[in-house]
Amino acid sequence: MDANIAAASTPGSGRNLHRFANPGQFLRLSGAVLPWVSIAAIVLTVIGLVWGLAFAPADWQQGDSSRIMYLHVPSAMLAYMGYASLALCSVLSLVWRHPLADLAAVEIGPVGAGATALCLATGSLWGKPMWGAWWVWDARLTSVLVLFFLYLGHVALVRAFDDPQRGYRAGAILALVGVVDLPIIKYSVDWWNTLHQGSSITLTGAPTMYAGILYPLIPCTLGLVLGFSAIVLARTRAAVMERRIRGLLQARARNEAAA
Amino acid sequence: MTRKKRRLMVLLVCGIGVGSAAGLSLWALSSDVAFFTSPSQLAHDHPGPGRSFRLGGLVEAGSVQRSSEGGKPRASFRVTDGSAAITVHYTGMLPDLFREGQGVVTLGNLAEDGTFAAQEVLAKHDETYMPKEVAEALKKSGHWNPEQGAPPPASTWNTLTVKQTGG
Repeated sequence: MDANIAAASTPGSGRNLHRFANPGQFLRLSGAVLPWVSIAAIVLTVIGLVWGLAFAPADWQQGDSSRIMYLHVPSAMLAYMGYASLALCSVLSLVWRHPLADLAAVEIGPVGAGATALCLATGSLWGKPMWGAWWVWDARLTSVLVLFFLYLGHVALVRAFDDPQRGYRAGAILALVGVVDLPIIKYSVDWWNTLHQGSSITLTGAPTMYAGILYPLIPCTLGLVLGFSAIVLARTRAAVMERRIRGLLQARARNEAAA
Repeated sequence: MTRKKRRLMVLLVCGIGVGSAAGLSLWALSSDVAFFTSPSQLAHDHPGPGRSFRLGGLVEAGSVQRSSEGGKPRASFRVTDGSAAITVHYTGMLPDLFREGQGVVTLGNLAEDGTFAAQEVLAKHDETYMPKEVAEALKKSGHWNPEQGAPPPASTWNTLTVKQTGG
């Protein structure tokens, strides 16, 4: 690990980035932040879910079924943002050979796949009573299913090589090719007619939701995003420590062999 | 040019390549990616009789006729997109959200007489969410009739309901 950093840190613009690549610094910083992120995640998620499931008004025509949105919408955002962060790690890995980005990408994969699976499952449970179908092959549903397979492909690919560096490289390339799916997911409901509804919350326009229905989505989304970050941070910390231990064991084995 | 810059350039060029390839193929396939055909599209892009496809649009206000045939519920209604409408016949249970003014997607084929024989009816709800009280207030104040289509923009709801309860 340390050899990697030494090899990659050349003077210039890369130096600033590589300050954060120092595994000791990462462990200290993430160790300090992790408990707070975890607590905030749990508190916000509980507040949001209780508010949304018990106190927010039900939709006038969907009734209580619409409350599944308090899981469905945040998990969809997580699936999306998780993939965007996976792609960012892949750029850092391919261009700047950032060793922490490699580890983070490996750890984001399974968590993102879990979020996508949650999004697909809650969507399916919502679709049956409202649309009348568990699943349809419309553009939104299909493109999110493709995202799920991209995550699974990444999870499998980075672990498929004896030399981890080759796994990181292959995984990063797959993740970046898959970025094509992100705008397709986002705009699928605008570009083509779909069974899935259009976006209720957009960056440009006012939300098409009653305020009392919309507000609980904010703590739900914030809480689950923080929860996602906490899980990825904890996993990446574990991966860094695992590497350190492996390095120490290898060094000891070498010393013993030499002695 | 440093190695990092070169790698970044390679990545950008590959990104443009992959992106435009995906964009072009989706553009070419756009009619297949669409989940349903609208009644007005059908007018100039007519699939032959007996060919199965999905027809989507809003259920026209006042067009729903329910009957029963051998113990099975039977419904006929007109699906419209504003400029054209097609009569749909369907035997079976309609989804709970089915109503006049609601979006529907039906799977079936065109019959000889130009009507649509549906084997499956799915309800498509729009992106608006409001509690029952707000929907009632909008209906009562005459700002919205759900049978005529989409509600007014959400930014107007609260003031409308305040006016309603205050007046």
